Amino acid sequence: MTGPTTSTTYARAIGSALATAMRADPSVVVLGEDVSVGGPFTVTTGLAEEFGVGRVLDTPISEAAICGVAIGAAQSGLRPVLEIMYVDFLTLALDQLVNQAAKARFMSGGQLGVPMVLRTQGGAGQRGAAQHSQSLESWLCHVPGLKVVMPSRAVDAAGLLASAIADPDPVVVVENKILYPRREQVPEVVEPVPIGVAATLRPGRDVTVLAMSRMVSESLAAADRLAAEGIEVEVVDPRTLVPLDLPAVLDSVRRTHHLVVAHEAVVHGGFGAEIAATVHKAAFDDLDAPVERIGAPFQPIPLSPGLEDAYLPDAASVVAAVRRVLGR
Amino acid sequence: MDAEQTRAVLATMWRIRAFEERVGQLKRADEVHGLIHLSIGQEGVAAAVCGQLRTDDAVYSGHRAHGHALAKGAPMTRALAELMGRRDGLCRGMGGSMHLVDVEHGFLGATGVVGGNIPLALGTALALHAAGRDAVAVVFFGDGAVQAGLFAESVNLAALWRLPVLLVCENNGFAEFSPRSAHTPVERVRDVVAPYGLVGGTVDGNDVDAVWAAVAGLLPAVRAGEGPALLECLTHRLRGHYEGDPDRYREAVSSAEWRERDPIARLQRAATGDGRLDPDELPGFERTARDQVERAVLAARESPFPDAALAASLAYRR
Ligand SMILES: Cc1ncc(C[n+]2csc(CCOP(=O)(O)OP(=O)(O)O)c2C)c(N)n1
Ligand SMILES: [Mg+2]
Repeated sequence: MTGPTTSTTYARAIGSALATAMRADPSVVVLGEDVSVGGPFTVTTGLAEEFGVGRVLDTPISEAAICGVAIGAAQSGLRPVLEIMYVDFLTLALDQLVNQAAKARFMSGGQLGVPMVLRTQGGAGQRGAAQHSQSLESWLCHVPGLKVVMPSRAVDAAGLLASAIADPDPVVVVENKILYPRREQVPEVVEPVPIGVAATLRPGRDVTVLAMSRMVSESLAAADRLAAEGIEVEVVDPRTLVPLDLPAVLDSVRRTHHLVVAHEAVVHGGFGAEIAATVHKAAFDDLDAPVERIGAPFQPIPLSPGLEDAYLPDAASVVAAVRRVLGR
Repeated sequence: MDAEQTRAVLATMWRIRAFEERVGQLKRADEVHGLIHLSIGQEGVAAAVCGQLRTDDAVYSGHRAHGHALAKGAPMTRALAELMGRRDGLCRGMGGSMHLVDVEHGFLGATGVVGGNIPLALGTALALHAAGRDAVAVVFFGDGAVQAGLFAESVNLAALWRLPVLLVCENNGFAEFSPRSAHTPVERVRDVVAPYGLVGGTVDGNDVDAVWAAVAGLLPAVRAGEGPALLECLTHRLRGHYEGDPDRYREAVSSAEWRERDPIARLQRAATGDGRLDPDELPGFERTARDQVERAVLAARESPFPDAALAASLAYRR
């Protein structure tokens, strides 16, 4: 990071990015449940005071309708940023998102466009149990017409959100509840982070760990541990899942010859499967071992603290996977 | 309510109150886990509705479900053990506060998804009817759920198919941090369903005698298959939305006034005033409930935590 920095949290960084976008463009509006008072994670705190409730709209608990409203508004000149409080409740809005937003441009032969952002958050670790802890991003990645970003750091959360708001198509931003309160240094002026560009957060020659969201910091911790044993891990954060920065992934894999993909979602049908299949095909001859995938087991998320902790992939899971892929 | 019914309902309310006050403490001590929504101040609805149900009647609830589960007969120790994530919890430690289920006592469950259980109650009513039984399904939900699409779809279907289901809305005037007026211009839920011809109406949910009487008036027809009913109970949560909520958004609401309308205090005043209960017997309700809760805490703490093999075995029937 160059230039002056300031200390903030992932949640504050997102709130500031929203405020910046709203100052720059009067067509940007925020809507969602209890957004005028900040919501349960305080992300939107202060926006209603600055921009008024005409641009920071509290909605009823009507996920399907508010998603449709955002789509219609986006088709008609506004740039809505819709908050769905938990990704678990995105299920209720999926029809509108998948059948309307994602296809409007295509089905209308290019007449319509849906420049909306849907912000939501997922992830376990707060004893939220099976309906408040899921990681469902792979569903979204399966739908042509949607872009999906999943920031792991405050600077990316802010920078990707700026790009998402400017984007002419629907972008889903999947945030993470464990990351919200994390303190980080960010530049005083956060530049937009382009959608579709990965970031190499730690260079290393032995193995690439492609990590998403909360698993990025776990992977960096794992890399520290492995470095003590002389294993050099390269940690790459795709930041955007769709469109994936495949060249960056392949470039890294061609140097390290080993790939571990780490996400919190269940491994079964997770986005890691798509990455693994793509890399196997594109870089088969460069790989010294099959791609390893880390994620949660194929079961709903338990409440009981010990079980939830065991359920969650963490730095130790990354260390183990790196050892497996390297055969050590 | 006659004296016996009043005693039973008061005992249930105190059980819920004592349980939830203790749960609030246990949350701060990190002994119960996850998002905890207490129903303190709203116990009258759970007690008066469930007090008139049979074990084979089915009850569903939402995220604020402890009272409904206890009032339907869920054993306190197992409910508490569930909140603690213990193996002897109602759901073996897998579900927690927002996912209590006790099939044995006809509590088919809580849900963390607002409005999510309303159609399930219709389905249970359909199944009960198909089986030729005169049992009913009851679903409790908040005023916030009324604006969910599922509510409208369910009300229509229940009316169309004349299902034996009682919809109980606990209208506490708030959904999370915002008042009902921020969610809908329709103040009374009864008015939302009026065109569908549901019987029912609005009662003061903190007047337990009134809730009891309303349910007593509605239940026989629902049971007889004459169609669904909706009972809207106006009430107030005396705690924040969840434990840990700083509750700053309700300054406009006079908490002193609502404390005055505390359903337990009110029923005690009414029942001693009209001679149903003797003032001397009142302290016993609270004492009994608090003793029971303390025993439940000790017993629940004895339960071990579940192991990963149990969690791995539960997603599908093996
Ligand atoms: C579908 C869905 N959307 C949002 C939420 C988040 N949420 C949890 S409780 C709640 C408010 C519910 O209000 P109400 O139905 O009135 O019940 P109360 O909490 O007042 O008992 C909200 C928005 C949720 N759990 N489910
Ligand atoms: Mg409410």
